[in-house]
Amino acid sequence: MPQRLEPDLVERRDFLGLAGIWAAAVAILGSVLGMLRLPKPSVLPETGSRIRIGRPDEFPSGTTRAYPEHQVLVLSNPNGVAAISMECTHLGCVVAKTETGFSCPCHGSAFNADGEVVTGPAPRTLRWLEVGQTVDGRLIVDAKREVSPGTYLKV
Amino acid sequence: MRTSGLPAFAENLRQLPANLKASFSRHDAPTSDRSRSQAVFSNLFLHIHSTRTHVNSLRLRATFGLGVAAFSLFMILVGTGILLMVYYTPSTDLAYNSMKDIHYIVPTGRFIRNIHRWAAHLMVATVLLHMCRIFYTASYKAPREFNWILGMILLVLTLALSFTGYLLPWDQLAFWAITIGANIAASPRELTDALGITAYFDPGGMQKELLLGASTVGQDALTRFYLLHVMVLPLALSAVAGVHFWRIRKDGGLGRPGVTMTAAGKGASVGVPATMPEDAPRKTYGLMCVVRDRSEATDQDPIDTVPSWPYLLRAELLVFMVTMFACVALALISDAPLKEMANPAVPENPAKAPWYFLGLQEMVSYSAFMGGLIIPVVVILGLGLIPYLDREPEDAGVYFSGPRGRKVALRTTVFATIAAVLSVAIPVNYGWLRNWFPGISQLVVILINPGSLLTAAYAAWSILVLHRTGSTRLGAIALFTCFVVGFVILTYVGTSLRGPNWDFYWSQADWPVH
Ligand code: HEM
Ligand code: FES
Repeated sequence: MPQRLEPDLVERRDFLGLAGIWAAAVAILGSVLGMLRLPKPSVLPETGSRIRIGRPDEFPSGTTRAYPEHQVLVLSNPNGVAAISMECTHLGCVVAKTETGFSCPCHGSAFNADGEVVTGPAPRTLRWLEVGQTVDGRLIVDAKREVSPGTYLKV
Repeated sequence: MRTSGLPAFAENLRQLPANLKASFSRHDAPTSDRSRSQAVFSNLFLHIHSTRTHVNSLRLRATFGLGVAAFSLFMILVGTGILLMVYYTPSTDLAYNSMKDIHYIVPTGRFIRNIHRWAAHLMVATVLLHMCRIFYTASYKAPREFNWILGMILLVLTLALSFTGYLLPWDQLAFWAITIGANIAASPRELTDALGITAYFDPGGMQKELLLGASTVGQDALTRFYLLHVMVLPLALSAVAGVHFWRIRKDGGLGRPGVTMTAAGKGASVGVPATMPEDAPRKTYGLMCVVRDRSEATDQDPIDTVPSWPYLLRAELLVFMVTMFACVALALISDAPLKEMANPAVPENPAKAPWYFLGLQEMVSYSAFMGGLIIPVVVILGLGLIPYLDREPEDAGVYFSGPRGRKVALRTTVFATIAAVLSVAIPVNYGWLRNWFPGISQLVVILINPGSLLTAAYAAWSILVLHRTGSTRLGAIALFTCFVVGFVILTYVGTSLRGPNWDFYWSQADWPVH
């Protein structure tokens, strides 16, 4: 029966052996984890996210214009100009503009004119994107900057 | 006086062919049962077989040759895959055109491509059927539990191989199927978004980034998928398949009635006290049929066994030839598709994954997170653990374990069919929660959907069967049968009854023209 003051110590040789094995195990594990760092990109290869869409007077109230290559829809009404991303919030297909809003070809999600989900598996409202102006007054959409739905730029 | 070395040299030269041949193989010419057994025993490639095989394992009904067919298909895929690599270029600019070259210009290119495509389809189907035969004959029982797990890993690797291969042609189908697939990997975001913690904890985005190397499908994704498809996954599959085969032998050959494995199967020889000192080698090499330990003929008479060469090898060759014939015939009849080049601006409509993922896509059309991630993981775990949760000792090799099992399987089929059809028919006809209660919480919509309810119903049914019959094996039969029926029905719905916008159509003729 081992006593409290004289516990059953690990033999010295066993201890050194175990320490060696554990040191090797930790070293191998550490280097494997280190190697796994490689496939995780630190910089994402991305094309510019800012889209120049033109002068404000090209967007009189009531305009809707789609930019399919950027998957962005620009709309203008008395509130101002806004941009909605046409990338479906379900699994990333490109939604199509319909009379009542948007619909997605992939799994049938439908959105109203403000991009809110009406039916289907999409979990959230379509992303609204930031519309800004350059110094000379031209409008640009930043496809990487999300703004809260209903944000219009007064022009 | 020194003699000239020339005569010896001349003699060696004369003997060269014979000596080359003799050094090539480690055994005598395979002319008798004994020397053939020796050949199987001492040849690296043949020794994966035992020297003798039980006659019952050779009957068609025992295996339907499905495991060997799956491996034959893998070998065909490796062969044709290497040929395709001669011309294929994994770059977004060139991939599509190199596929076109292979299809239209390269001599026999289209034929080889067709074989590769068909063999991939057949391999998935064969592996699934093989899994069914293993399950229904109770071949997963001790000591074969771990081989069942290795089998599940092989199933996942097989599916991963076809998923990664799907991107390589870089056509519309490829691009959009992989976009959807990668976003399924990102779908834990649905949950983190609903909880409002995505900014701090985003496992979904992390998975997608690792898979694509970018935030959209592009050159980085193509490079990664190519690497996985031609290197990593085939090597992994070969290694696991090697262990799978080795375990078959170590677990005592194929399961069959009358040889229920006991503790002896775990390595201790029957009738020998565990403490007895090891004497000589434990295998008696001279008499190949009396191999001790966990080998097929452990401590049994070699009665009812036949030499593996020629009987087993002949059966395997036959399966290989039939498989090859099927691939070649299908490749001659039907061409692998190649759509327009990938266009990130316009999705393919409908964008369908390959058929074996369409059941999944059907569930994804309710919720990406539940249908694409949680349910598949639950299903894989549930199936993988079957051998550990059903441990009733039982002879392997009797389909459905007899009449009671057959009855349970039949009733389960009826129940599972009704449940699966309802899970599709109700949302198609009456809509789902969001249509009934607009403004309902997103979390509820994610968690409670036809797919998760179907899964829950299947689990409940299996537990009911388990409870009522008092048999874990019958409970397992109920669970597995539910899985098979659900898979078949959802796959059928996804393949044949879904059209543009994933709307329901009884036939493709009703699809709107666009
Ligand atoms: C790439 C995929 C696979 C290959 C190439 C493969 C190959 C084989 C082969 C050649 C056999 C010999 C018996 C026969 O032909 O039926 C076998 C047996 C077996 N397989 Fe697989 N298999 C694969 C996937 C699976 C899967 C998905 C499972 C189940 C989850 C599985 C579980 C088993 C078990 C438990 C045995 C032993 C059966 C017995 O002893 O009767 N395998 N496999
Ligand atoms: S990607 Fe739009 S509904 Fe699935």
